[in-house]
Amino acid sequence: MLEIKNLTTEIDNKEILKGIDLVVPDGEIHAIMGPNGSGKSTLSYVLSGRDGYEATGGSATFDGHDLLAMEPEARAAAGLFLAFQYPVELPGVNNANFLRTALNAQRRARGEAELDAVAFLKLSRAAAKRLSMPDDMLKRNVNVGFSGGEKKRNEVLQMAVLQPKLAILDETDSGLDIDALKIVADGVNAQRSPNFSALVITHYQRLLDYIVPDRVHVLAGGRIIRSGGPELAHLLEAEGYASVVAEAA
Amino acid sequence: MNMPVSPSSLQSSAQAYLARYDRLKSDLPGEATIRARAAALFAQTGFPGPREEEWRYTPLRSLAELPLHAPIAPCDVGSLIARLPAIVAPRLVFVDGKFQAELSDFNQPVTTGAPAYGRIAQPDAHKLVALNTMLAEDGVALSVPAGVDAGTLLLVSLGSGQASSFHPRHSIILGAGARLTLIDIALGDGIYLNNPVLSATVAVDATLVHLRMQQDAATAFHLSTVYAEVAAGGIYDSFALTTGARLARMEVHASLNGPTAAAHLNAAQLLGGNQHADFTTVVRHAAPNTASRQTVKNVLTGKSRGVFQGKIEVLRIAQKTDGYQMNQALLLSPDAEMDCKPQLEIYADDVKCSHGATIGELDGEQLFYLRSRGIPEAGARSILVRAFLSEALDPIAHVGGRAAMEAAIETWWEGPRL
Repeated sequence: MLEIKNLTTEIDNKEILKGIDLVVPDGEIHAIMGPNGSGKSTLSYVLSGRDGYEATGGSATFDGHDLLAMEPEARAAAGLFLAFQYPVELPGVNNANFLRTALNAQRRARGEAELDAVAFLKLSRAAAKRLSMPDDMLKRNVNVGFSGGEKKRNEVLQMAVLQPKLAILDETDSGLDIDALKIVADGVNAQRSPNFSALVITHYQRLLDYIVPDRVHVLAGGRIIRSGGPELAHLLEAEGYASVVAEAA
Repeated sequence: MNMPVSPSSLQSSAQAYLARYDRLKSDLPGEATIRARAAALFAQTGFPGPREEEWRYTPLRSLAELPLHAPIAPCDVGSLIARLPAIVAPRLVFVDGKFQAELSDFNQPVTTGAPAYGRIAQPDAHKLVALNTMLAEDGVALSVPAGVDAGTLLLVSLGSGQASSFHPRHSIILGAGARLTLIDIALGDGIYLNNPVLSATVAVDATLVHLRMQQDAATAFHLSTVYAEVAAGGIYDSFALTTGARLARMEVHASLNGPTAAAHLNAAQLLGGNQHADFTTVVRHAAPNTASRQTVKNVLTGKSRGVFQGKIEVLRIAQKTDGYQMNQALLLSPDAEMDCKPQLEIYADDVKCSHGATIGELDGEQLFYLRSRGIPEAGARSILVRAFLSEALDPIAHVGGRAAMEAAIETWWEGPRL
C-alpha cells in the first residue's frame, strides 16, 4: 500500500525529516508516536502534498504510484486521505456541497460515474448517523462554528464518505473528550478491511486503546527510532519518550 | 492613451457634449426649461475632475479622449436580447437610451417617451446629473399605488455600440406599503457611454428591492447615479453586480428620512483586464432608529482596479442609528489594485456605526484543504471565490434574481476575463 524509503524534507533550510523508512501493508493500521517537533505533522503534509512541504530526497510510493510526483488532488483520487490536525474552516461553503463536490471530483478522476444529489444525500446521512452527527452539520458551512470535537468528527465523516484506501490521521484525538474519541475510533474501525490502511499519528496511547494498531513506530528527531507491536505504545505511556529516545541514541 | 490629460481636455470634452445639446435641443422631449438650466450648469462645471476628492480614484480622462457623439440609428439588438437572464417577469427595454415598446412587455401603467426627472436628483448637486438632465431623451416614470405589490419588473438598457452616449432618466415612486422588485440590467456591445440617473421614492412602510446587473460592454463606459429617499418603515434593498464596462462608477445616495427606515447597499465588483470599477455610496441617516447595511465584495484579476467609497452621515436627530459597512477585496493577480475609502460623519451621540475593510489573496490553507479532498486547483479556487461572494449575495431573497446573479458570476469566472 504505502512504501516510504529514506524520505528527507527541509523546511526553511532546516532538515526536519532525516530519512524515513516505513512500509504500511494493505489492511494494516500503523501508529506513529513521538514527542512534539519530531516531524509527525511534516510527514503527513509531505505525503499529502502540501505546498512548502516537498521531499528533498527518498521516495514514497502508494499502490505502486510515485506519490511525491502527484498533485494533492490526484493523491486524493488515488485513495489517500489526510484527517487534519486543525481542520480548516470554509465560510460560505456548505458542508454537504463540499463533500459531494469532493466525492464527484474523485470519481471523475477515476473514470467512475458521478453520484446524483439523492444518492449522495442518502450516503452522507447514513455516514453522519453512524458518527452520531446531527443532520444539520451537513447543512452548515464547513467547520464554521464547529466545536473541536465536531471538527474532528467532520473529518471522519469525510473519510467515511470518500472511502480512501489509506487514511493519515494527524492527531485526530487532540481536543477530544472520551465520548468523542470513541465515536471517532469507531468511525475508523468501521473502515477496517483488507483494502484499507491507516497511519495514525498521535502523542498519546489513549487513542490506540480504541484503534488497535498492527505496528507502532516512534518518530523522534526526524527518524523512526523504534518499531514494535501495540505493546510499544503502552511502554511509551509508562516510561515517556525520553527513555526510548535515549536508548536509541 | 497614457498621456497625461489636463483638466482642460475634460473641459473640451464637456464642450462637445454641450454642442450636442445645442444641436438636439429643439427635438428633445420633456421640459425645455429644466434642460436649459442643467445645460447652463454643465457649461459652468463640466465633468468631475481628478482634483475633486470624490473623484480622485476614478479619473474620467479615458472618457474625455473618446468622441461619443455619433447619431444613433435604429439597429438589430437580437443578440443582446438573447443575453438577458431568463427571468420570467414583465420588462421595459431601452436601446441606446430610448424606450422600445416592441421589445417590452408589461402590464402596469408606466409613462415613457420623455425623461422622468422626478424631484430628487438635482443637476446642481451632481455634475453627471446635470449632464444626464441636459441630454436625457427618455426614461420610465412608474408609480406603484399605496398597498400594491407590483411584483417584479425588469428594466433593461441595451447599448448597441454606435460610439454615442445615452442618458436615460427614470423615476420610481412607491406609495405607502407598496412593494416592487426592480431588476435593472445594463448590457451591450462596442463603444458607448451609458449615463443613467434613477430616483426612487419609497413611502412609509414600502419596500423597493433593486437588483442591478451592470454588464455593459468591456469597451464601454458606465456612469450611473441613483437616489433613494426612504420614509419611515420603508426599505431600499439593493444589490449591484458589476462585471462590465472598461470604466464604471455606480454611485448611490440613500437618505433615510423617517424612523426605522433602512437601506441595504450590497455589491460585488468582478473585474479583469484593465477594467476600472467604482462603487460609491452616500447614506444619510436623517431620522432616529434607522439602519444601513453595506457589504461590498471585490474580486480583481489582471490589471483591474476596484474602488469603494462609502460615506455614512448621521444627522444630530438620528439617534440609535445602526450603520454597518464592510468592504472586502480578493486580489487574484499581483497587478490588481483596490482603493477603499470609508467616511463616517456622525453628529448624533447614541449610534452604532461600524466599518471595516480587508484586502487579500486566496487562503493557501483553504486551497490545500479543498485539494486534499480531491478537488482540482481550478475548482478549489472557484469554490473559494463563490464563498467569498456569498455574504453579499445571501441577502437576495428574490429567487430568479439570485439565480441570474449566480449565473452571471459563473459566466464571468469561466470566461476569458481578458
